Amino acid sequence: MKRSRVLGPGIALALAALALAPQASAEVERGELLAASCFSCHSIDATGNMPGLVGYPRDLMISQMQAFADGSRPATIMDRHSKGYSKADVELIADYIATLQ
Amino acid sequence: MTNIKRRNFLKAVGIGGAATVAGFGCAANGSATASRSAHVIVIGGGSGGATAAKYLKRFSPDLQVTLIEPSATYYTCYGSNWVLGGHASMDDIAQTYDALASRHGVNVVTDSVTEVDPAKRAVKTAGGTTMNYDFLIMSPGIDFRYDAVPGITAADAERVPHAWKAGDQTRILRSQLEAMPDGGVFVMVAPGNPFRCPPGPYERASMVAHYFKQAKPRSKIIILDNKENFSKQGLFVAGWAQHYGDMIEWVPSSRGGQVEEVDVANLTTISDSGLTTFKADVLNYIPPQQAGAIAMQTGLTGDGFWCPVNQQTFESSIHPGIYVIGDSSVAGAMPKSGHSANNQGKIAAAAIVNSLAGKDPLAPSTANTCYSLITPDHAISVAAVYALNAEGTLAGVEGSGGVSPADAPASVRQMEAIYTKGWYTGITADIWG
Repeated sequence: MKRSRVLGPGIALALAALALAPQASAEVERGELLAASCFSCHSIDATGNMPGLVGYPRDLMISQMQAFADGSRPATIMDRHSKGYSKADVELIADYIATLQ
Repeated sequence: MTNIKRRNFLKAVGIGGAATVAGFGCAANGSATASRSAHVIVIGGGSGGATAAKYLKRFSPDLQVTLIEPSATYYTCYGSNWVLGGHASMDDIAQTYDALASRHGVNVVTDSVTEVDPAKRAVKTAGGTTMNYDFLIMSPGIDFRYDAVPGITAADAERVPHAWKAGDQTRILRSQLEAMPDGGVFVMVAPGNPFRCPPGPYERASMVAHYFKQAKPRSKIIILDNKENFSKQGLFVAGWAQHYGDMIEWVPSSRGGQVEEVDVANLTTISDSGLTTFKADVLNYIPPQQAGAIAMQTGLTGDGFWCPVNQQTFESSIHPGIYVIGDSSVAGAMPKSGHSANNQGKIAAAAIVNSLAGKDPLAPSTANTCYSLITPDHAISVAAVYALNAEGTLAGVEGSGGVSPADAPASVRQMEAIYTKGWYTGITADIWG
């Protein structure tokens, strides 16, 4: 196993692991996937000129999405987007975004 | 997994670096149920592929993710019309992979994939590397069907640019427009449906008109279309009349817009069985399109030109384990746009992560937004939210979406122009930042 010594123990273990099924413990919840759609314009780094969403308060998110949908808050495009989500979807998005840091 | 050649695996481990070794931590503990981190290869570093690579790492940091893209610098197709109009530079639409590698731990390989073996779950590259994958995401964009119209081939793209993949082609078309004398005719042949960026040809006409109005105001723009209507048509036509008078003429299929042959030497298009011809000073022929070459070659398009997928996950209907996103995929009502590709990258990444976790795929809800500039201070948009319908197709959610209002004041058009720039900055940060 001269080669193993050269390459280091990590490689040998990696080779041993080859026989095993690939796994990952992470899981994506629906709120996270829905919110990821928002980040296309509202960059998570707050780059660009759309308002940043990181840590956006949950109840404010819900009320603003409602206001865009019913027209009480004027918008150029969020009126058209907000009507595409159910109240339950908006809550999932708001729950997830409020946890972002 | 016994088919993985040891040499190739070492190569994969080598490029995975420290993060890869860390991923084997449980094996180092000697656990009998140890696992290795899965390896996902992403082909194509455009809007779909770069997003998928980044979000795979975001959703599941332990994954090994390799992004294979031939160019070290990627020029976005969106924004390239602004370069043609002279109010953005090539640098403004250039993106690189530095942040994907350094911030997100994606293994970025500058190479092109020459062969995919779905049975062995392996890819070969032009650089001579073979890599194995557990999951493959393909985002190869579009390829051109130059065989659709006689008289023109891919070899003519320098004299008659398509400029529908940004980069050198954008530069070539811009130089031709700059060299054109005042009073010249710019003829654009728009591609048939479906094609990349449905509002793109009409934004291009707008941006070229913006340039002509300042630099060569006696010039003319003719759009030859094999369609009878087009994206955001009412808003474009009204904007053209408002800003450019009769400089832009749109010719639908029924009035001779269906080009049947191109005479490259004379920069002339021929339609109506030879009865109608258009002579150009600058000719921009945008060919009909099909899925990117590697998707066609891998058999992912079946008998058609585009790749059928399970629209809940974007996994190929033909080869399980391969996910096809972006322009190459058949994605229900979603248009072939950078914004769609970006969202599809997230759906495919989530589907792979949840599949590894043994979870059912999520019900996706996704969106598209396309802004188009008519002048640098007058923009219009189309937006939609999509959900999976009972037939398993991504369809627009009733009541949502639509185009900018027809009767909006100039202040709203200007606000949308400001958001157009903001959208570009935001989405490119989401994809490559």
